[in-house]
Amino acid sequence: MSIMIPLREIGIVGYGAYIPRYRLAAEAISRLWRGGQDQHILPVREKSVPGPDEDTVTMAVEAAQNALRRAGLSPEVIRAVWVGSESHPYAVKPTGTLVAQALGIAPATLAADLEFACKAGSEAMQAAIALVGSGMADYALAVGMDTAQGRPGDALEYTAAAGGAAYVIGPAEGAVAVLEATYSYVTDTPDFFRRAHQRYPEHANRFTGEPAYFHHIVNAARGLMDALGLTPADFAGAVFHQPNLKFPRKVARELGFTPEQIRAGLLVGEVGNTYAGSSLLGFSALLDEAWPGDRLLLVSFGSGAGSDAMSFIVTERIEAARDRAPRTHAYVTRRAPVDYATYARWRQKFTV
Amino acid sequence: MDIPRNWRLRDQRYRLQGTRCASCGAHHFPPRPVCPRCRGRHVEPYRFTGRGRVYSYTVVYQAPEGFEQYVPYVVALVDLEEGVRVTAQLTDVDPEEVAIGMPVEMVLRKLGEEGERGLILYGYKFRPRIGDPKGEAESD
Ligand SMILES: [Zn+2]
Repeated sequence: MSIMIPLREIGIVGYGAYIPRYRLAAEAISRLWRGGQDQHILPVREKSVPGPDEDTVTMAVEAAQNALRRAGLSPEVIRAVWVGSESHPYAVKPTGTLVAQALGIAPATLAADLEFACKAGSEAMQAAIALVGSGMADYALAVGMDTAQGRPGDALEYTAAAGGAAYVIGPAEGAVAVLEATYSYVTDTPDFFRRAHQRYPEHANRFTGEPAYFHHIVNAARGLMDALGLTPADFAGAVFHQPNLKFPRKVARELGFTPEQIRAGLLVGEVGNTYAGSSLLGFSALLDEAWPGDRLLLVSFGSGAGSDAMSFIVTERIEAARDRAPRTHAYVTRRAPVDYATYARWRQKFTV
Repeated sequence: MDIPRNWRLRDQRYRLQGTRCASCGAHHFPPRPVCPRCRGRHVEPYRFTGRGRVYSYTVVYQAPEGFEQYVPYVVALVDLEEGVRVTAQLTDVDPEEVAIGMPVEMVLRKLGEEGERGLILYGYKFRPRIGDPKGEAESD
C-alpha cells in the first residue's frame, strides 16, 4: 500500500477555528432567484458571509492565533506557514508571508500558499506533517481558509461560505492528537474549475457527484483504513468534506460510518461550504468534543480532483488545550443575519 | 494611504507591537525609544494582549476615500489592559450595540484598499470579545 507514515511520531499540537459573524439564509437566495420554488430541497440552512473588512489573510490569522494559543508556543518556533485556499487576496503576493508577519512568526520561516480547490488546506497539513515528520523542523503551521464566491443565482451561491481552521503540527510528545498515517488519492477530473481572471467558478454537473466527490473520498478513506487494518468501527468520529448536507451523510453511509460518528464535525448546515476550510473546520469541531484515546478520521476532497485521508489518536493533552482558545461552536453560534442586499454590497456582486 | 509608512509600521499595525520600560514597567504604544514616564532608556519590545475596554466612541457615516464600503462604522478610544489608550475602528458590531466599558479584543482586519490594482492594507481593529463577552475572565 501507499500510505505515508512520518519518520518520527508527530501530531497536532494546536488547532484553531475561525468563522465570520454574518449569515445569509439559503431561503433568502431561493426567494430572490427561484421565487422560493426550491424551498424544500435547500442544501444548507444558512451560510457564513465574511464582513467587508475580512479576507483569507485576516481569517487565517485568527484561526492560527487560536492554534498557537492551544499549542502554548511562542510564534518564533514555527518553521513553516502554509495557507491552502482558493481565495487568496492577491493573485501574486503570498498570503503566507502576511500571516507569518502578523503572528510574529517571520522572518525565520518557510511561507507559501497552496492551491487545490477544497483540498488545499489538507495539502498544507500534509506538507507540515512531512516537514516535521522528517525532523527538518519541530513545528509547522497549516491553514485551510476560504471566502468562497458563487455566481449570483447559481446553485453554488447557496453554499459558498467563509471560514476554516489552522493546525500546528509538532512532535508527538506535545500533541493533542497523534498522527497514525495519511493517504492521498488524486486523478484528473473535470468537475469544477475557474480559469484565470474569471470571478466565479464553473461546475460540470455530471462530474460533481459519483466520479468526483464519492470516488475520491471512498478510495482515500478505504486506502488508509485497509492499510492500517482498521474498519469504521475503530473510529470515534470522522469528518468528510462538506459541500452540502447530503454528500457527507451519503459518503459516510457508503463507507459504513454511523450518523453519530459524523455528527460533531458536520457544520455545513449552519455555516455552508467553506471550501479549503471545510474538512479542517469540521475536524476542529470534532477535536473540541473528543476524548483521550479516540481515533478520528479526516478526509478532504478537492475538485480537479483528490482526497487526503488522515487518521489521528487523541491524547490526554486535549483536555487542557481545548479551552485555551474559543471553541468552534463559539464561532458557529456567534451569528448575525444579513439580507441579500447587504451581502451583495459587501461581496461586491454588483459591478458598475 | 502611505504605503512605505504602513510597511515600516507593520508590526505595530498587525499585532500591537509596542514597548515596555524595564525600569518603571510602563507600557507604550506606539513604541518609544525612551520611556516618557521615567526617561529610562531600557525599553524592550512588548506585544500587547489586545484586550481592553471601550473608553469612548463615535459613529462615522461619512467616510474618507477608501473607507466608503464600511459605513456606518464605529471609531473608539480603547483602554488596553496594560494601561494604554489607542484609537481604532470597531468591527463585527452594530453601532447601536456599542457601549462605554464594553470589553473588546484586537483583531487583524483590512483597513482599506488602494483601488482595484493597488495594495490591500491590514491593521488592528477591535471587536466584542468572543467567549467572554462581558469581560468576566479579566484579572483586573
Ligand atoms: Zn519608565
